[in-house]
Amino acid sequence: MSKIKEIRFKMISPEIIRKLSVMPVVTSEVYGPDAYPIDGGVMDPKLGIIDPGMRCQTCGGRIGECTGHFGHIEFARPVLNILYLPQIRLILTYTCHKCGALLADKTKLEQGIAPKKLKVMTTCPDCGAKQGKIKLEKPSTFVRDKHPLTPVEIREHFEKISDETANLIGIKGGRPEWFILTLLLVPPVTARPSITLESGDRSEDDLTHKLVDIIRINHRLADNLEIGAPDFIIEDLWELLQYHVTTYFNNEISSIPPARHRSGRSLKTLAQRLKSKDGRFRHNLTGKRVNYCARTVVSPDPNISLNDVGVPELVAKELTVPIKVTKNNINELKAHIKNGPDTHPGANYVTRPDGIRKKVINENKESILEELAPGHIVERHLIDGDITIFNRQPSLHRMSVMAHYAKIMPHKTFRLNLCVCKPYNADFDGDEMNLHVLQTAEARAEAEQLMLVEKNIRSPRFGGPIMGCDQDYISGAYQLTKIGTTFTKQQTAQILINADIIADLKKDTYTGKEIFSFAIPKGINLEYKANTCRKCETCKKKECEHDAYVIIEDGELKKGVIDTNSIAAFKGRIIDTIDMEKGHSQARLFLDQITKIITRTMMKQGFSISLDNLDTDKTTRTNIEKAIDKQLEVIEKQIEDYKKGKIDVSPGRTPEEALEDMIMIELWKITNMTQQIIDKTVDETNSAIIMARTGARGSIQNLAYMSGLVGQETIRGRRIFRGYTGRTLSHFKKGDLSPTSHGFVRSSFQKGIDPIEFFFEVMKGREGIMDSSLKTRVSGYMQRRLVSALQDIKVGEDYHVRDSSGTIIQFVPGEDCVDPAKSDRGYLDKQIMTKH
Amino acid sequence: MSEKDILSHELVSEHKILTKNESQKILSQLNVKPDRLPKMRDTDPVVEIIGAKVGDIVEITRDSPTAGKTKYYRVVIPE
Repeated sequence: MSKIKEIRFKMISPEIIRKLSVMPVVTSEVYGPDAYPIDGGVMDPKLGIIDPGMRCQTCGGRIGECTGHFGHIEFARPVLNILYLPQIRLILTYTCHKCGALLADKTKLEQGIAPKKLKVMTTCPDCGAKQGKIKLEKPSTFVRDKHPLTPVEIREHFEKISDETANLIGIKGGRPEWFILTLLLVPPVTARPSITLESGDRSEDDLTHKLVDIIRINHRLADNLEIGAPDFIIEDLWELLQYHVTTYFNNEISSIPPARHRSGRSLKTLAQRLKSKDGRFRHNLTGKRVNYCARTVVSPDPNISLNDVGVPELVAKELTVPIKVTKNNINELKAHIKNGPDTHPGANYVTRPDGIRKKVINENKESILEELAPGHIVERHLIDGDITIFNRQPSLHRMSVMAHYAKIMPHKTFRLNLCVCKPYNADFDGDEMNLHVLQTAEARAEAEQLMLVEKNIRSPRFGGPIMGCDQDYISGAYQLTKIGTTFTKQQTAQILINADIIADLKKDTYTGKEIFSFAIPKGINLEYKANTCRKCETCKKKECEHDAYVIIEDGELKKGVIDTNSIAAFKGRIIDTIDMEKGHSQARLFLDQITKIITRTMMKQGFSISLDNLDTDKTTRTNIEKAIDKQLEVIEKQIEDYKKGKIDVSPGRTPEEALEDMIMIELWKITNMTQQIIDKTVDETNSAIIMARTGARGSIQNLAYMSGLVGQETIRGRRIFRGYTGRTLSHFKKGDLSPTSHGFVRSSFQKGIDPIEFFFEVMKGREGIMDSSLKTRVSGYMQRRLVSALQDIKVGEDYHVRDSSGTIIQFVPGEDCVDPAKSDRGYLDKQIMTKH
Repeated sequence: MSEKDILSHELVSEHKILTKNESQKILSQLNVKPDRLPKMRDTDPVVEIIGAKVGDIVEITRDSPTAGKTKYYRVVIPE
């Protein structure tokens, strides 16, 4: 086979157009009264065939055999090719219109200096003709000294230019006059097929519409030229022809109104077919569609494993796995075929060794069963334990695509374990996810070894667990492991059996810590501070009175409560340690078991939040009020000082800025003091504070908003100054600097905020929404650019990082040769890691 | 700032021109040809100061937060 050495893109010449063309397209009529395409029209059967059963009149090929043939249109007057406008301008400016000689320093051009940087001569060095100034009048008219140039004139000018001159200016691969079109290539019908609608009407492709327009105007121009019509009519038609040819090439040129369809939709012409996201490159060539995949809504299931995905039976009957029949599995596969295509563990297709593929239907399954023998391939339904690939868009990191074991379930949603929500960034407000079924043994093995969920618990981003418990699991774990939680033997047995833990229960009662310990593997030793830690001045460690110092000895939780720092994503020390010391599957088992233990205990104990949780007693309220009043007084004094001009101004700031800084500091103190007061006075059993301290959801700040005060609303980090001149709202005096008039909200959400405060609150809310929508857009594009820049960089067998050309980028990956996904937060100093 | 100063700046790693022998050794050790090495221009400020010539291999010792010190090799190419 011959090899392609190079591809050269050139301009197309009129001669080549004539050679390529099988017919001139002359009439703007498309179909005759008999609904048959008119000869010489744009749908002429000589240009190719799109209807089944017809034969191409040029090559005799049927549909699929004949790829179509080009035609051509002969223009009555030449027009400019809009895509070459910059080049046309360049030649006009740098060559003499009388003799075609170069109007710039030849030696400098030979050195490779771009013509744009060179000075244009005002008189021709060869013939001495004076040169006018070339201007481009949008959209496509060139003017030389206020005299508009027609394409005919430009073409005559270009014909005088020698090949050498053209080459020097940078015109390669053709003659300059080819930039001005005298002939137009008409693409084959197969490139612009018409669609027959249900109603029997034909709907033509946008390109066909455009071509008809061009032919119609061209025809009118030719007729008018023949009868010797007045110049202005000719000029108008010529301009119209130029417009149609321009929009035929590109319908999104900024200075030209786009050609529209009757419905008002703008036409998709040549450039639009190729360009941007829905163009040929990004849509059809870079992006491909796949078979054996499914997409539906996801919903949670706390009872399935982290590695599993619940697949609806409906989906399982459609997605198949090809299995080669051997004497060992023949009976198994026969059972599948016996079930047929409609009962669940069935089969859809059987391929014989001679390549004949038969669809299994209830009528023929008996005959298929009879001839089934080793060597056949059965496409059986998806069953429990099959490896599948699960994905949620946007696929921003490698944990967005992971391998799961299928688990066939009733109903119509994909079910997933709650701990795996984080890497997918999935929730259940209507999210949809994609499932792919692997078709070859290699793919299955690779997916299982590299992509299985449990093998991706550790994120390559920071070398810690990216999966873990969340929200209710955290507050539940706290409720379970705090001092004072006990369960009877019966209750304990119920909890443990739900989590598939088999244990010999000898005691009559069990504490929550003991129950939790059943899930921790033996041999785990840990000591760390829990999230509930109060950050006392001196840590009492083992004797911590808040039970916030966690001690695990040989898999026994001795002291401390379990919260975010133990089992959550990113921070979970226990998950981290088990994954490192006991392996991925133990870490997965741990997550499976504790989540089940926690769901069960939460079913017994319950955990909820109500308005009562936000109530503050009278002294707390007055303390907060006092703190606010005190700070407001301070601010009032600062404003007065400012007005008297007695304010301290730091270098580089205006007095106004200095005052703003001081006010912001004082206002910030209010929020801080309120938080502290609330943190100190709220009851330990308050659900909201439990959630905040354990890290399950919310923060002290949120609590302070609800029962303390909302505080200062800021926009772009400053107090609110927008609105009318000198004031935010017409309720205030001009120049008022008081906190109330610049977005200070004194009320709490529980008390309710007044209309002015509400207005400021909404201003802040709008800022938040704008920020987040802007951020996703900017970071999404950033991601795309990075992916494009880095996609083919890889680590070779010699551990050198190379790009696609083989040039070394790094001698040692990451300079330390550490795979962050197998590291302890980026480091490898733990001996343990080497074991796995 | 005088020209010499940039070498003592904390963000400029240590640069060293390899001798012919050292270059050969490094290339065989890495099993690469010089044209596959990362490049640096002869107009690079550091190259100008240390006086490396086109074709020389420069050994750069960099600080790394995870690996301590790492060696990097760049070949000098003409502008």
